[in-house]
Amino acid sequence: MITIRVPTQLRALTGGSGTVEVEGSTVGEALKALDAAHAGFAERLFDDAGELRRFVNIFIDDEDVRFLDGLATPVVAGQTLSIVPAVAGG
Amino acid sequence: MDCVAGLRCRECARTYPAEALHVCDFCFGPLEVTYDYERIASVVTRERISAGPRTIWRYADLLPVADEAPVSLGAGFTPLVRADHLAAELGLRDLWIKDDTANPTGSFKDRVVSVALTKARQLGFKVAACASTGNLANSVAAHAARAGMDSVVLIPSNLETAKITMTSVYGGRVIAVNGSYDDVNRLCAELTSEQPSWAFVNVNVRTYYAEGSKTLAFEVAEQLGWQTPDHVVVPIGSGSQLTKVAKGFQELYEVGLLDEEPSVRISGAQAAGCAPVATAFAEGTDAIRPVKPDTIAKSLAIGNPADGWYALDTIRKSSGACAAVTDAEVIEGIRLLARTEGIFAETAGGVTIATLAKLVAEGVISPDERVVAMVTGHGLKTVEALATSVGPTATIDPTLEAFEAALASDDLLARSA
Repeated sequence: MITIRVPTQLRALTGGSGTVEVEGSTVGEALKALDAAHAGFAERLFDDAGELRRFVNIFIDDEDVRFLDGLATPVVAGQTLSIVPAVAGG
Repeated sequence: MDCVAGLRCRECARTYPAEALHVCDFCFGPLEVTYDYERIASVVTRERISAGPRTIWRYADLLPVADEAPVSLGAGFTPLVRADHLAAELGLRDLWIKDDTANPTGSFKDRVVSVALTKARQLGFKVAACASTGNLANSVAAHAARAGMDSVVLIPSNLETAKITMTSVYGGRVIAVNGSYDDVNRLCAELTSEQPSWAFVNVNVRTYYAEGSKTLAFEVAEQLGWQTPDHVVVPIGSGSQLTKVAKGFQELYEVGLLDEEPSVRISGAQAAGCAPVATAFAEGTDAIRPVKPDTIAKSLAIGNPADGWYALDTIRKSSGACAAVTDAEVIEGIRLLARTEGIFAETAGGVTIATLAKLVAEGVISPDERVVAMVTGHGLKTVEALATSVGPTATIDPTLEAFEAALASDDLLARSA
């Protein structure tokens, strides 16, 4: 199982839960499984072209998937995938 | 009574009430404060502003929170210095430095934190927190102490010594994280979900915090006699400040404080070791690819800038440019500004000055333009960067002979005779 950490803004879709367990062999598959289990995630995370929205960041074990293979990045059981909104700072 | 109309998503335009919200629930786009400009226009005047305090709060009508006694250490209304010596070196005729090293904790962050904590207190928060590359950490710790709030500040563990000391001295909690700023920022974004009762100034109250940067534009215009410059050079970390400077000039016109609609070219400055926005500008793309930062300009070392796309858009729409400079050029920029104008900037200021020099050399900035460069942090914060490039002219025994020998190859003694 892959653990997906869900931020506050999206917990309405999970009945308030901060984590969800799903199956999948890539980041894209895991997120699709998340949408299948809790409808509504896909339209929040993906744009019309099926790419991650500009302000949605996905991390696998603390690495931004944009540094890896994006949605095609492989995942294995036991890994944690975090959905994190982009934030400012300095 | 503030003149805030509400919050609006910059991506999908969904609207929200003026609460502790920072991203759109639907698409994660950043939220922006919207105002009732007609109401502001009916009260604000140049005279009302000039009768106000010599801080950012003289522009309270245009800020997202109204408070008779804001959380303030006196941030803002910093000097706008005419820089004729530097202008002559660069080949410009009308150059000004906005010297934000003069803020209470030595950087422009005091502007945004003063606004953020005033709003946080109004919203009922008792704990101030942030992720920081150093300057924000200094400012949050200091303003929280001033406001009697607890503070929790998260920083990358490899920060400059001065920035760590200047944060820790205020007695709040300082958590040094083994990782980059982007790692710290992500941790904070997740912590915000776990600690909703804490005001993370650059996360859940970021919408208000970011508005504080507009005061840079307000002050520049007021200090130039209610006129706008032709060109402004702004350093880019998250990209927020650059977009807010543009918003600030435009708002002054919206509420009737400027006679003409401003047309200010806005250019961005980045360090080559962390230049996602400059790279996208050079390549003519819209996509900001995150990078792993490697630069001495740690206060700008944000590899995944949240407002990078908006900064790029602002630069392009204003006919500005965005360039990146090497660490060696950053150090030369710090020394050039210090030598010509007596202003000691931190590495981010070196990035701004070196980028200014580069854009002039490339013909992007014309000698006919009135130019303002934003120098946003004090050099004492990053003295390590200069450790191997500046030092005493000579170290001598306390005798006249030794003194004269030390300056033997210098023409100063001959010229002063």
